[in-house]
Amino acid sequence: MSETKVFGMTPTWRRDVHTHYCPGCTHGVAHRLVCEAIDELGIRDEAIGIAPVGCAVLIHQYMDLDFIEAAHGRAPAVAYGIKAVRPDKIVFTYQGDGDLASIGMGEIVHAVNRAWPLTVVFINNAIYGMTGGQMAPTTLLGQKATTCLSGRTAEANGYPVRMCELLATLEGPAYIERVALSKPQHILKAKAAIKKAFENQVNNKGFSFIEVLSTCPTNWGLRPVEACQWLEENMIPYYPLGVFKDFE
Amino acid sequence: MAKGRVEVREEFCKSCGLCVAACPKKVLRISDSINPRGYRPAEQFQDGCIACGICARTCPDVVLTVYRIDE
Ligand SMILES: Cc1ncc(C[n+]2csc(CCOP(=O)(O)OP(=O)(O)O)c2C)c(N)n1
Ligand code: SF4
Ligand code: SF4
Ligand code: SF4
Repeated sequence: MSETKVFGMTPTWRRDVHTHYCPGCTHGVAHRLVCEAIDELGIRDEAIGIAPVGCAVLIHQYMDLDFIEAAHGRAPAVAYGIKAVRPDKIVFTYQGDGDLASIGMGEIVHAVNRAWPLTVVFINNAIYGMTGGQMAPTTLLGQKATTCLSGRTAEANGYPVRMCELLATLEGPAYIERVALSKPQHILKAKAAIKKAFENQVNNKGFSFIEVLSTCPTNWGLRPVEACQWLEENMIPYYPLGVFKDFE
Repeated sequence: MAKGRVEVREEFCKSCGLCVAACPKKVLRISDSINPRGYRPAEQFQDGCIACGICARTCPDVVLTVYRIDE
């Protein structure tokens, strides 16, 4: 009798680190998918990541890759700088919704519009995780946060921003897709989308933007399994999954 | 159907239960032991694993390795 490994650790994931993420936070799943995509494409030596401000601020300790840390929301601008001087490198940002859709809204819009081959992995968990659960631009109507204790209202706080739909109105992007990490079927699709977003850059095919619906069990006040259900029932109806733009 | 087994890096598990909920064969559970960080790690507690890999693809902490047992 012998055994075959069917699913194990991908080399870019640093096997001996304990991530600081809360139990069941799907930031970890998104990290793993990025590592798998990079390893499957064989671009570990070429890849340079830009870390955000937010819970993923320590991403550079979890992936065995070159990384640079950007100021809050400025990761796309840093990515452009790197790509300008090293067009041979595969440059990507990994950003939360407070980082990308709030303080970094200007950077991402102009970055996408410029249409260079870059890859953005955008984690939408509908909250500011790191700072303790404040309302994000993506917080849903009715959703409670520490800065809208009885729930977000359109009158007081405006409407949740749909980044994929917004960016898809621009000429710039080559590929925009929204995926989720709330169940295994979605995770498989998320993997394929993230891989394609890197593959596009390898083939010089323009700007790729992947929005990943992700959980924040701690600040949502839910157990990890319940948080996945909450995402399914509340986020996906407002943030529909699918491809919003594809050059092909 | 394929037969499999799951290996758990116990010290990295955070007891979140996502793998337990995701396993289509219900062969995983949260164990009674405690790891050095104070979490109760997941374990495979019965036969019936089909080596589908779903648990490992669901785990946020890369705790699980899945093997297919070849007869
Ligand atoms: C210039 C600046 N303003 C504000 C902050 C405080 N701050 C740190 S993280 C964060 C938001 C994090 O939320 P998000 O980007 O959604 O990431 P998450 O933690 O949810 O993954 C804010 C406002 C900061 N570090 N720098
Ligand atoms: S605060 Fe939320 S986003 Fe941050 S690690 Fe914890 S669960 Fe994840
Ligand atoms: S490989 Fe599949 S059947 Fe086996 S424990 Fe994991 S999810 Fe369950
Ligand atoms: S999904 Fe991973 S961290 Fe969560 S209980 Fe299972 S093995 Fe542990």
